[in-house]
Amino acid sequence: MRRDDLVILRPEGMYCPRGDFYIDPWRGVDCAVLTHGHADHARSGSVRYHAAESGLGLLQHRLGASAHIVGHGYGETFVLGDARVSLHSAGHILGSSQVRIEVDGEVWVVTGDFKRDADPTCTPFDVVRCDTLITEATFGLPCYRWPAMHEVVDEVLDWWDQCAREHVPAVMFCYALGKAQRLLAELAERVDRTVFLHGAMTPLVERYRDANIRMLPGEPVGDSKRARDFSGELILAPPSAAGSPWMRRFNSASTAFASGWMQIRGNRRRRGYDRGFVVSDHSDWPGLIRTVEESGARRVLATHGSTDSLVRYLNDRGVVAAALKTEFGGDDS
Amino acid sequence: MRAFAALYARLDQSTGTSDKVAALVDYFQAAPADDAAWAVHWLTGGRIKRLVRANDLRQWLIDVSALPDWLIDDTYAHVGDLAETITLLTQRHPTAAQPELSLAGFVAHELLPLAKLPPDAQGAIVQGWWRTFADRERFVVNKLLTGGLRVGVSRLLVVQALARLSGQAGDLISHRLSGDFQPTAQAFQQLVAPGEVAIDADKPYPFFLASPLEQAPESLGPAGDWLAEWKWDGIRAQLIVRDGVRLWSRGEERLDGRFPEIERAAAALPNGHVLDGEILGWEGDAPLPFSRLQKRIGRLKPGARTLAECPVVFMAYDLIEAAGKDLRQQPLRERRERLEGLLDGATLRLSRPVDGADWSGLQIARNNARELGVEGLILKRWNSAYATGRRRGDWWKWKIAPLTIDAVLIYAQAGHGRRSNLYTDYTFALWQGDELVPVAKAYSGLNDEEIAKLDRWIRAHTLERFGPVRSVQAFHVFELAFEGVNRSSRHKSGIAVRFPRILRWRTDKPFHEADRLETLAKLAQ
Ligand SMILES: [Zn+2]
Ligand SMILES: [Zn+2]
Repeated sequence: MRRDDLVILRPEGMYCPRGDFYIDPWRGVDCAVLTHGHADHARSGSVRYHAAESGLGLLQHRLGASAHIVGHGYGETFVLGDARVSLHSAGHILGSSQVRIEVDGEVWVVTGDFKRDADPTCTPFDVVRCDTLITEATFGLPCYRWPAMHEVVDEVLDWWDQCAREHVPAVMFCYALGKAQRLLAELAERVDRTVFLHGAMTPLVERYRDANIRMLPGEPVGDSKRARDFSGELILAPPSAAGSPWMRRFNSASTAFASGWMQIRGNRRRRGYDRGFVVSDHSDWPGLIRTVEESGARRVLATHGSTDSLVRYLNDRGVVAAALKTEFGGDDS
Repeated sequence: MRAFAALYARLDQSTGTSDKVAALVDYFQAAPADDAAWAVHWLTGGRIKRLVRANDLRQWLIDVSALPDWLIDDTYAHVGDLAETITLLTQRHPTAAQPELSLAGFVAHELLPLAKLPPDAQGAIVQGWWRTFADRERFVVNKLLTGGLRVGVSRLLVVQALARLSGQAGDLISHRLSGDFQPTAQAFQQLVAPGEVAIDADKPYPFFLASPLEQAPESLGPAGDWLAEWKWDGIRAQLIVRDGVRLWSRGEERLDGRFPEIERAAAALPNGHVLDGEILGWEGDAPLPFSRLQKRIGRLKPGARTLAECPVVFMAYDLIEAAGKDLRQQPLRERRERLEGLLDGATLRLSRPVDGADWSGLQIARNNARELGVEGLILKRWNSAYATGRRRGDWWKWKIAPLTIDAVLIYAQAGHGRRSNLYTDYTFALWQGDELVPVAKAYSGLNDEEIAKLDRWIRAHTLERFGPVRSVQAFHVFELAFEGVNRSSRHKSGIAVRFPRILRWRTDKPFHEADRLETLAKLAQ
């Protein structure tokens, strides 16, 4: 870190001294700008929050109705201390933003979590030019290159059909916020069937419906009779439900996990899922490199996961890069 | 090629054994015999000799991917499998443009001829495959280029699938498949042919393996129904005397030439006899530690000095064939009676029954096992047949409790295969003065949750990195179990432990209270 950096690390999180605010702090502060509603980014306990308008419903759900959140449209500038701040679409989940900070003509962008691939549940990633880019690097190795979503949806539908033929339930584990809704929306473009949802997902799916996102109809598993046969049905559940007593309802189910980590065979085998589908709400390697290039940044700081290789690769290519040790990651890959 | 790649993907995706067997049956049913033969060869652990050097593969990958070498290495360390790394870093195609190829044809006409080409020519061909093969096929091709093709399918599952396909008994298929199977159409047809097919004189019978005894021995009924033997700690082997002598290990490897004293003694046996037993290092009246025997395994033609340093005997357990007749269905009591009369008592010895009038008598005998250099008792029902594989019920291993020690975690390394991006390979140390000296590496024993927790801790408490290895703060203590301790000049600690594994995570124990090296040294033989 340098003395005149617009964003520095403090025990509470990423801090902008000139604007006296934090970005996605992991402890309670006076003023927090939030990139999106995942648990590792949106933590309760701060006095005042700023976030994208389109994500307000989700954040209010996560932080509680009493949390004081100021909504901003994408691209709209607001002033905090000496800083001019604006939020820009990150394409990660509904209402996710990058944070642009400008002080005395110098521009920093904090991407938050982002992806470059199209997603029917949120607005696409917006390229924002900057001097310094703070990027996530959850999948910061070149083995992570996402397949086209329509190919993955083909595989999911094949698996669902196969489960129907074999009269077993198809239980898909995926993160309850973002991934579940994206799957429901992608599937809605191909089929018209009801999908069963774990109780942890239903309120979040409702927030997406409030935002007019078109998704397959979902029915809470809990509304079904005890003895209901789920053979041939698709059930979405958070990964924490795997191996829990809740799973007993789905005897002999075929299980799958939808995540970017499923790109690597060993990850799927180690977790013991029957199938792994490569669906990520984070950028893949080509997306990270492209984003750094398009931002025009001369300096890059990387957060989340495997930053070492990305940092070295960028330095080799003449971009000044370093890792930033944050407490993000782990919940939503 | 595509069908085989699809089988591989299907096996890789199924977690249940019945799914796997069904996938195998479907494949074997549809595949031409020569393709099926290669599938059997690879799925039962067969390999082809290395065709290209791993280093050349890496260089070709650097060329086609346009990535720096260190980034290829980082990615490989993360993925944990070279074939998969190559597949992920080369051009992706979910489906193939080119027509279906015969697996056997590809192997014979394209893959195996690589061995005779200079590296440049090899590179051009391999890079061509990387451009044209669809993802699944490219993965299988890369697996073949880098070594084996194991995919969580045991030999037993392949046998079950072939048995179901052919309507033959599993034991028969298993016997036909034992020894070295040549991947030809004819060999596959013989494998699944109806009725008797003359079995190659070289072939061993499938070994019968004892299962671990987890219940109280009293549950087995009267002790008098059981033969108790020492569980000798050597190389389980089959001695075949059929117009010459062959020696096969339990891993179905030919040991011929490695133990000439056994072969010499066996030459005196009558023709058409097959013995099951254990090769042991032996001196005077007692077995030598396994570490001494280990040095002989690699010596194809041991010299006089090696022979003198570790003389061996064949400790015979069973007689599987006599005068060309298969005895496996006869009761053990009869097989043993015939066995006794064959042995010279010097190089070919009988594994004698351990005396004990009842279970408590045997319990007392078992308590002496460690002093005798054995691992416990084997219990065999006197009227049992010689079955195949690890069939529970008639043969049990009743091992002594392992030795244990509390050691401190000091290094961690990422695992391979399914644990490739977690730190799962641990090195443990004991105290010597106020220094921690590494004594054992262990990979297994923690559950997935503990592994994940420890992985996070390791990443957050790394002191130094040496390539893939991280040294971590001395903090966590683990109880390790192992089967034996030997003195060793090759280890810094002066001690080598056998089969170390993690018994439990001693979260209750501070690291400075871990055991001392002297404690372990006292246990050494
Ligand atoms: Zn996120
Ligand atoms: Zn995140």
